[in-house]
Amino acid sequence: MTIKTNLMATTAAMLITAGGAVYADGHATHPETGETLASEQVFTYRDLDESPSIDPGKAEDTAGGDIIRDLFEGLMGQDAEGNLIPAVATGYTVSDDNLVYTFTLRDNAKWSNGEPVTAGDFEYGWKRAADPATASPYSWYIELTTVANASEVIAGDMDPSELGIKAIDDTTLEITLTQPLPYFPDMTTHYTLFPVPQATIEEFGDEWTKPGNMVSNGAYVLTEHVPQERLVRERNEMYWDNENTIIDKTVSLIIPDENVALTRFLAGELDRTEVPAGQFPRLAQEYPDDIMSVPQACSYYYTINLTDTTNPALLDPKVRQALSLAVNRDVIVDNVLAGGQKAAYTFTHWATAGFETPETPIAAMDQAARDAAAKELIAEAGYGSDNPLSLKLIYNTSDSHKSVAIAISQMWKQTLGVETELANQEWQTFLETRGNQDYEIARAGWCADYNEASTFLDLMDSGSGYNDAKYNNPEVDALLAEAKTAADPQAAYTQVEQIISEDVPIIPIYHYAAAKMLSDAVEGWPYNNFQQKWYSKDLYIVAE
Amino acid sequence: MLPNAARVKSVGEAAEIAAVQGRSLWSDARTRFFKNKAAVVSLIVLILIGAFALFGQFIAQYERDTVDFTLMGANAYQGVPSIETGHYFGTDSSGRDLFARVVQGTGISLMVGMVGAFVAVMVGTLYGAIAGYHGGRVDGIMMRIVDVLMSIPFMFVLILMLVIFGRSIFMLFLGIGLISWLDMARIARGQTLTIKNKEFVEVAHAIGVSPFRIILRHIIPNLLGIVVVYATLLVPSLIIYESFISFLGLGVQEPNTSLGALISEGASNMAYGVMWQLYFPLLFFVLTIFAFFFVGDGLRDALDPKDR
Amino acid sequence: MLSFVVRRLAVAIPTLLILVILSFVLMYAAPGGPFNSERPLPPEVLANIEAKYGLDQPFWQQIVNYVWRVVTAFDFGPSFQYKDRSVNDIIAQGFPVTLTYGFWSFAVAVVVGVSLGIAAAVRQNSWLDYLAVGITVGAQVLPNFVMAPILLLLFTLWLGWLPGGGWNGGQWEYLVMPVIALSTSYMASIARITRSSMLEVLNTNFIRTARAKGLPMRRIIWRHAMKPAILPVLSYLGPTFVAMITGSVVIDIFFSTGGIGQFFVNSAFNRDYSVIMGITILVGALTILFNLLVDVLYAWIDPKIRY
Repeated sequence: MTIKTNLMATTAAMLITAGGAVYADGHATHPETGETLASEQVFTYRDLDESPSIDPGKAEDTAGGDIIRDLFEGLMGQDAEGNLIPAVATGYTVSDDNLVYTFTLRDNAKWSNGEPVTAGDFEYGWKRAADPATASPYSWYIELTTVANASEVIAGDMDPSELGIKAIDDTTLEITLTQPLPYFPDMTTHYTLFPVPQATIEEFGDEWTKPGNMVSNGAYVLTEHVPQERLVRERNEMYWDNENTIIDKTVSLIIPDENVALTRFLAGELDRTEVPAGQFPRLAQEYPDDIMSVPQACSYYYTINLTDTTNPALLDPKVRQALSLAVNRDVIVDNVLAGGQKAAYTFTHWATAGFETPETPIAAMDQAARDAAAKELIAEAGYGSDNPLSLKLIYNTSDSHKSVAIAISQMWKQTLGVETELANQEWQTFLETRGNQDYEIARAGWCADYNEASTFLDLMDSGSGYNDAKYNNPEVDALLAEAKTAADPQAAYTQVEQIISEDVPIIPIYHYAAAKMLSDAVEGWPYNNFQQKWYSKDLYIVAE
Repeated sequence: MLPNAARVKSVGEAAEIAAVQGRSLWSDARTRFFKNKAAVVSLIVLILIGAFALFGQFIAQYERDTVDFTLMGANAYQGVPSIETGHYFGTDSSGRDLFARVVQGTGISLMVGMVGAFVAVMVGTLYGAIAGYHGGRVDGIMMRIVDVLMSIPFMFVLILMLVIFGRSIFMLFLGIGLISWLDMARIARGQTLTIKNKEFVEVAHAIGVSPFRIILRHIIPNLLGIVVVYATLLVPSLIIYESFISFLGLGVQEPNTSLGALISEGASNMAYGVMWQLYFPLLFFVLTIFAFFFVGDGLRDALDPKDR
Repeated sequence: MLSFVVRRLAVAIPTLLILVILSFVLMYAAPGGPFNSERPLPPEVLANIEAKYGLDQPFWQQIVNYVWRVVTAFDFGPSFQYKDRSVNDIIAQGFPVTLTYGFWSFAVAVVVGVSLGIAAAVRQNSWLDYLAVGITVGAQVLPNFVMAPILLLLFTLWLGWLPGGGWNGGQWEYLVMPVIALSTSYMASIARITRSSMLEVLNTNFIRTARAKGLPMRRIIWRHAMKPAILPVLSYLGPTFVAMITGSVVIDIFFSTGGIGQFFVNSAFNRDYSVIMGITILVGALTILFNLLVDVLYAWIDPKIRY
């Protein structure tokens, strides 16, 4: 955000007068880099689907998050590198026991109707999101912050007013946690913890998120919203940092088919879209300036049902090891997906902050050695041509999950002689099946909630609600508990990863990368932001 | 529909005579059908396609589900159709032999079409014949039910069923068959109304043959002509339905495939230099549907000369 | 006539009721609720949400409440998936879109199809006839999910003439591709039906007599042959209309038009019961209405038909 401090007064004045309108051709340059800016500062991108909600308190998906981060602003924000930067709050202090955070809010932050943004707006927003009456599907996020009384409020055992957040005055906000959480300030960049305008919500009820009704405190205001078609947000003149915002208008278009989206990108209608599976190498060759691939904080893996509803063969660790060894991850990442993903031999994403990928035997071998070892293991387990093993694999409907499943089932067949029956299910059905352990092997993916290894590894805890394998290893549980308070948790994480790679409750397959087409003219993209939290206000369009 | 001569035959022989007369009707129809060039050519095409679906696997050089990992991600230049590599139709995006997959896809699509049509025609004919034969209130109620069902947007209900109960070929047959029997029921009823007043039916009734037996032995055989025509024309529309369902990803499960699924995949890769993924399955799809249309038209003309 | 209409409308009510119950039962039997997500919700959160949408009540209670609300207030309830809107909102936004491109597709299919069919029949066995038959046969079997991406590549990417999708309030350039993709195969069917029925009519005695009397061909077709020839086409229109609404699924996916097709498919996949029910009921009602309209039209054109 050094851009802003270096801004020259003259340019600032010009930008202010230009407001939401058109820049005089050829005159506008970027205040810091001096690049010539395009006369029309409009960023248009593709979304797969209409977001369930753009109400910060009720939103639940990533695409909705992109929209909300433009419309609203939380206590803290992230810069292009993913570092924490001041947003509505200018900073915070924390008590010695690391339980009480006091945020100081800037006094020039305003809602789009001119009202000041106060600590009370945050307090209202948090309490509203936790209130059972709001029925927010993301209320668990409040619980995750360990803010005092969150669980009780969500369960309806306590009044929302008991939540551990309190506006001391208009610019001072005090939050009390029940246990120390080093990454708590990071968590405030998430939309569930954003402020919402109480007066507007009380006036319009559920209709408050419609254009015309909505009052917001971010760099943009909602001007048009046609569900399943488009959502348009334009410059918020009241935004405290409006003079440093360059993009005037951001448009998200819903385009369900990724191939259609690519066609429209190539026709110049979009500035950003996804790269269809398998097309990355070709597109990278043809459009080297318009394509990007950056690590994305998610891991792709197959989870193995370890309860008694599973295929008994899978309870044998040798079979699981063999299955894991026989998966040629290089083929998956280089040939099937080919979008900059990385082969995974650990659950935790390699790019996770402070995490060092540990050495595991499987990672050290080459594929020929792995295949040989796998064949040996499966024979030891008693399966072969005379006693063939057949398994069932489920995945949720999607072209790329299908391609991966086809490839892996073939690897198992060609290397181990294991027959695999594939079944795809609709998302909701799939979750139910997997959550009830009504499967043998299931596709799974996990995205980091925050940038730290425990966001992944906590899933291996026997008590975790997302441990669909129902993996239960007291040693792992103990190590994970130890990591929570350890000064340097890396040692514990290394051990956990090594145990997982021995026990194979899950088969890590690859670590995600975000492979996108991004128009050459768009600058300021936060390539190094691991969670890909981007803000329209940091982008700008350069003249061709 | 029925030759006049049937009317003047004596009591006990009625059924038998109808059958005899029917035979000459059929042989007439056969002559007329084979004079229709388009229909004959189409019939040959259909037989060839059927043979392709049945025996194509013996010509294919690869299993339909074997993935060639070296071709994955590189099939735009390495998976092209070629006699030398043995991939006559090239490979699909996952590096599988498209020829073998088209063989299977054609088989599944034909099967869905024919089984679906069979279900529809059986249910529809029986329902229509019962309604038409009984007449009166039974007929009124039964046909009202058909009216009611016809107003249900069945494609939507089918999508719901497949989403909810998981997709399976059985569900597909059931759903598609259930959509299509309604028209057949109406046609069968209309025909039954005319047939049931014919002397041989009245006679059978008079000598105490049970209604159900009359319907099975006397009414339905006389509906056969129209049923065959309708069924032939129904098959292609069912194949089209199936392709739509496959496009939505609700069709047959991997690694199995259908023409609809192959076409839909080919269409989505259209811009990526792998056009063979679209036009081989599309060719078989189009040929099959044309052939059924023309054979159906030919049969109709042959069985119902007035219609010309 | 009037009693016929009344009778048909009377049947409509049980039909819609069956539709409601059928879809409700299907939904209820479905595994997976509308509120499942990658991260299973804590039970208390789930309970809060279910209470809000009335899903904690017994089955019969839910269905009675639902029907009551629809009948008395024409209120289809809140969407489970789209937390900011009600089903009425969604239908109010998506339905006009589907109806607009559906109407134009229908109009194009009928006008072009009938003209092409008549032209082909009148000039039977000429190059025009062969061309028309060739085009229609080809168009009839090309699935619209193949047609749509071809149109996109052609008009948007290569020629750059038309925007590749969106609705934008229904400006004409956003309508062209959806209408072509949706109407073509029905246009082809209508042309085929028109051609064969026109041929049949042209071979009847009264037309032969008219020709023998030396009436000009144009006059014969418009004054005498048109009415009887159009009857089989009319009976095809009801199913066509329904098929077009169903076809909106493909149109919405490829052209991002934001019609009800897209909402329907998404809701089915997301178990958004209330949206599915709302759309199904609406489409069912429209189907009934449209079939009735066609029957009335039929009776009006063909006085021989009595109800």
